[in-house]
Amino acid sequence: MAGNNGQTTRIELPGASVDVVRKGSGQALFILHGGGGPVAAMPFVDRLAESFEVIAPVHPGFAGSAIPDHFDDLQDLVFLYLDLMDALELEDAVMLGISMGGWTAMEIAVMSTARISKLILVDSVGVKVGGREDRDIADVFATPPEELARLFWHDPANAPDPAHMTDAELEMVQANRVALGLYTWQPYMHNPKLPGRLHRIDVPTLVIWGESDGLVTPNYGRALCAMIPGAEMAIIPAAGHSPQAEQPDAFVRHVTSFAS
Amino acid sequence: MKAWFFTEDAYPQLPDQDTYRSIRVNLPNKHFDPETGADNYHQFLDMWLMAEDLGIEIMLNEHHQTATCVVPAVPIIAGILARETKTARILILGNPLSNLPRPVRTAEEMAMIDVISRGRLECGFVRGVPYESAPANVIPYRGTERMWEAHDLIIKAWTSHDGPFNFEGRWFHARQVNIWPRPYQQPHPPVWVTVGSAGTARPVAEHEYVGAVFLAGYPGIRPIFDGYRAGYLARHGKDAPLDRLAYCALVYVADDEAEAKSGGETLLWYMTSNKVPVEYNNPPGYHPPAVAAKIARGSVSGAGVPLQPTLQNQMARGNMFCGTPDQVYEQIKAIYEYSGGFGNLLMMGQAGHLTFQQTKRSMQLFSREVYPRLKELTASHDSDAMKETRAALPDREFTDLGTFGVEFAR
Repeated sequence: MAGNNGQTTRIELPGASVDVVRKGSGQALFILHGGGGPVAAMPFVDRLAESFEVIAPVHPGFAGSAIPDHFDDLQDLVFLYLDLMDALELEDAVMLGISMGGWTAMEIAVMSTARISKLILVDSVGVKVGGREDRDIADVFATPPEELARLFWHDPANAPDPAHMTDAELEMVQANRVALGLYTWQPYMHNPKLPGRLHRIDVPTLVIWGESDGLVTPNYGRALCAMIPGAEMAIIPAAGHSPQAEQPDAFVRHVTSFAS
Repeated sequence: MKAWFFTEDAYPQLPDQDTYRSIRVNLPNKHFDPETGADNYHQFLDMWLMAEDLGIEIMLNEHHQTATCVVPAVPIIAGILARETKTARILILGNPLSNLPRPVRTAEEMAMIDVISRGRLECGFVRGVPYESAPANVIPYRGTERMWEAHDLIIKAWTSHDGPFNFEGRWFHARQVNIWPRPYQQPHPPVWVTVGSAGTARPVAEHEYVGAVFLAGYPGIRPIFDGYRAGYLARHGKDAPLDRLAYCALVYVADDEAEAKSGGETLLWYMTSNKVPVEYNNPPGYHPPAVAAKIARGSVSGAGVPLQPTLQNQMARGNMFCGTPDQVYEQIKAIYEYSGGFGNLLMMGQAGHLTFQQTKRSMQLFSREVYPRLKELTASHDSDAMKETRAALPDREFTDLGTFGVEFAR
């Protein structure tokens, strides 16, 4: 297959369209981004594109794309991607989901693993592990920005500073929040039914976690990992909720050695 | 002109503002002393009764998890006043339909208040304020659509009298709907909706509901009222009557200017107390992304009140009418003419630490010396003359407060 150089293609699917970025060549690596927005332009993706064909859709509503009128929650995203994987005729793809993208990936995998060979979850949300009054996942819609930065990053200095953003960039961040809210509002960042379905995941699974993640802690990751048959756990030191951004070398190493 | 007395029923006996981050959502209720709270409730009920005695109508609202308004269930206050009052119209502005889980319950509550009051309810529907998406656990994205769907269900519940119907909408589902009681007023109580832009005003005008504008002031009131009037004319083929529009502002009338200034400053608590941080005033999908970006940058308040309110700038913007009776009349008349006219004046006549006696004196002066003149003003309304008057007044802008008012739709 010819190498892709990061071009974006809009793919029309029944009821919705989706922007898909492709980079590199080789085995398909299907990346579902988190609530922070698309990751295809980040250095870790370029590194992975040296070994894989990265296929990275943009969730509708992110990066300036429209939210389809009929979209109500994460299930709409799940069915969109089932359609997309069919349209792309993916075979033996490695599916990598980050945060809410990890939740999406699990929802896809419990329905069908026909098109995927391996699953990688990165600081993923999607399940409830504690009691009804335990806040498993920080309420990102009710946390002061400075506190959120402290929870999200190993080094809060890595947090993007609104003062250094253009109006257009800041507007896009706000639009991304709307989409994140739509997909994750209630039940907050999880599907109560999902733990009872995770036994259906019959592909090798790696759970990667940033050791300093305060948004969704490594203990949450361990509990999630224990729900998936045979899943392995990898903790990345000196990284928070976004280990792919704070420790790209270690991150790429884990992904490559697991997926290859 | 119909004037309505309104207080948010605040709990102002709070610790120093520097000791808390937000007056809304997360301020611990250990600061609410039940004894003081009981005194407050009775004082506010007395104020509404006093307003009725002065010939002024009554306006109520509800908010959640906030010391700025300790009425989390407006039907309760309205139910008390439905029994305690005899003549005043009782306006609820409003029921936050986007945030309420069961529109049929709202239809039942409103019908009951309407029957007890023997047809004195004016029923407002609102989308709700940004900081209440957390207490309601409802994402504000598409909140306006949710509001209108709830509205459709309520109207149908109020006007169906031959047995049950089912409703299976996008957001609300109800089966075997057949409310008891049905409303006293037929076909249903008058409906009000708050509007904050020309776009949101249009469907309100098409329904011939009263469009109420809060604190838009000189910078915002014209486009909103014009949007309403254009929508009304397009749908109904005639000019919107004055009584279809309402404007809400802070009002304090005093015997002399010194007392006016003092009372006005006290009343301004409504704005100065509203300390709300960005995580509560900018939930996903409440504000358009361009406005949300400004809030995130800190250049605009997402809370619908100005960042740095002063008596002077709020009076200059037309958000507060304050002074002697003559001065207050002139201030109201000025924005009345500037805006093209409105038939309802919603008066926040009490806020914060303004006492019962101060409030009563202010409303007495309003009732005796301002209200009659306002009634004359609207009685002599002539649509064509008003258009000429308005056209002669150029647009006035006060840019120091950004989009304040435009985003305010409670």
